[in-house]
Amino acid sequence: MKSFKNHISLVIALVSILFSLQIFTIVDRSIDAYKENLAKNYSLVIVSQKTVQNKDMLNKIKELASIEELSPDSVIQKLNTGISQKNIELLKVTLPKFYKFKLKKYPTPAKLEKIKKLLLQYPYITKVETFSNTHDTTYKLLLLFKNVISVLAVLILLVTILLIFKELRIWQFKHYERMNIMGLFGAPTWLRSAVLFRLSIVDAFIAFGISFVVFSYFSSSIWIAEQFENIGISVVVFDKIYDSLLMLGVSIVVSILLASFIVLGHKEEV
Amino acid sequence: MDKVIIAENLSLAYSKDETIINKANFSIDSGSFVFITGASGSGKSTLLKSLYGSLKPIEGSLVVGGVELRGVANAKLNFLRKHLGIVFQDYKLVKEWTIEKNIMLPLIINGYEKSIIQSQVDSLLKHVRLKHQSGKYPLELSGGEQQRVAMARALAHNPILILADEPTGNLDDYSSQLIWNLLEGANEQLKTTVIVVTHHIPEAMKIEYKHYHIEFGDIHEVI
Repeated sequence: MKSFKNHISLVIALVSILFSLQIFTIVDRSIDAYKENLAKNYSLVIVSQKTVQNKDMLNKIKELASIEELSPDSVIQKLNTGISQKNIELLKVTLPKFYKFKLKKYPTPAKLEKIKKLLLQYPYITKVETFSNTHDTTYKLLLLFKNVISVLAVLILLVTILLIFKELRIWQFKHYERMNIMGLFGAPTWLRSAVLFRLSIVDAFIAFGISFVVFSYFSSSIWIAEQFENIGISVVVFDKIYDSLLMLGVSIVVSILLASFIVLGHKEEV
Repeated sequence: MDKVIIAENLSLAYSKDETIINKANFSIDSGSFVFITGASGSGKSTLLKSLYGSLKPIEGSLVVGGVELRGVANAKLNFLRKHLGIVFQDYKLVKEWTIEKNIMLPLIINGYEKSIIQSQVDSLLKHVRLKHQSGKYPLELSGGEQQRVAMARALAHNPILILADEPTGNLDDYSSQLIWNLLEGANEQLKTTVIVVTHHIPEAMKIEYKHYHIEFGDIHEVI
């Protein structure tokens, strides 16, 4: 029971840091996946006086993923009534070319404006339709969602840091006497603080273990997968290698920092 | 005879305004048994603290075991402390450790092998008549028993110098006698220098000793 009490406070603080970190990562991944999804369904429409050289355009504007020429046939068919075949052929030649430009990523409004300006620098491109109104609204919504989650993550982090500082004071008080006595018998700093570092590293592993189990469960949860499917995206909730290493690293660094603060702040009683 | 402690114009103070020991000069021979007496608040414990480096001299020089303590670096102070055995008035035992582990502390710090540590601790526990209590924690023992543990810890690593602050202050006769016997034994058999700060020198001392008295910030030998 005593040993459990020794560990629980720091473990809780560390787990909440790891949870907020992983939730932030999931949200970030979801937004990226959603953006990719939007990019797939989003394209610019270009009106050009002559044929666009795909290769040249793709090389010059890195954001472009593909260029597809739009056939004018459906427009011409609507005009077909009462126009001779000869005139239709003539119309086909004189009509401007229409293109659908796909982008690699869903762009920010500023990026979109930049791409539009770049395209309009070509003398034969007469119009670029970005559908900016719809685009801006969607982008701003995504940004708002990300910001709200970021603010929440920062708030959790702040509360956790306060918890850790409280824990730091308790540890300082708890280990002060032992460290002081060891110092009076000539124990070097590393030996005096060995228990403290051992405790904090054990706590880091416990917190990592708890987070690993919880997020492993989440990553295999059908309910969570369904939620992502509902918005048409697929997200890696927990990457067992990359996310585990990140969590373990953060957990160990935070707990070692805590122990180091105590060791550095230790002053011998006179 | 070698000097284990040399103090020259030694001044000690907790704050600038209040000097406790003022320009004191004294030296202590290696292997001697020394009592330091004085009224309450005269600076006995302050002097003892300065001998193990917890309080640094504000003036003069204080050399203990060849180490100058004025402005001493931490590494050098740790080196000196490894060779000291200190008995505190308030025992200073680690509450969360068993008494066995408390006695092991200086042996661990000095890097002794596990087998030596165990045999030394067993032998000391027998000497202080606490073998049967080895697995207990300090707070489960009486004051006298705790002080006997502190005494065993101070003797564990055969220190060059034992510093004891009122070691029998509030103890029963049995524990007091046991502690005096151990201190006398260490001095007589191992030639360890022993410095005891006390209000009263026990009447039944079997060995030769020196007596220093602190008064008005000065230290002088009582002959």
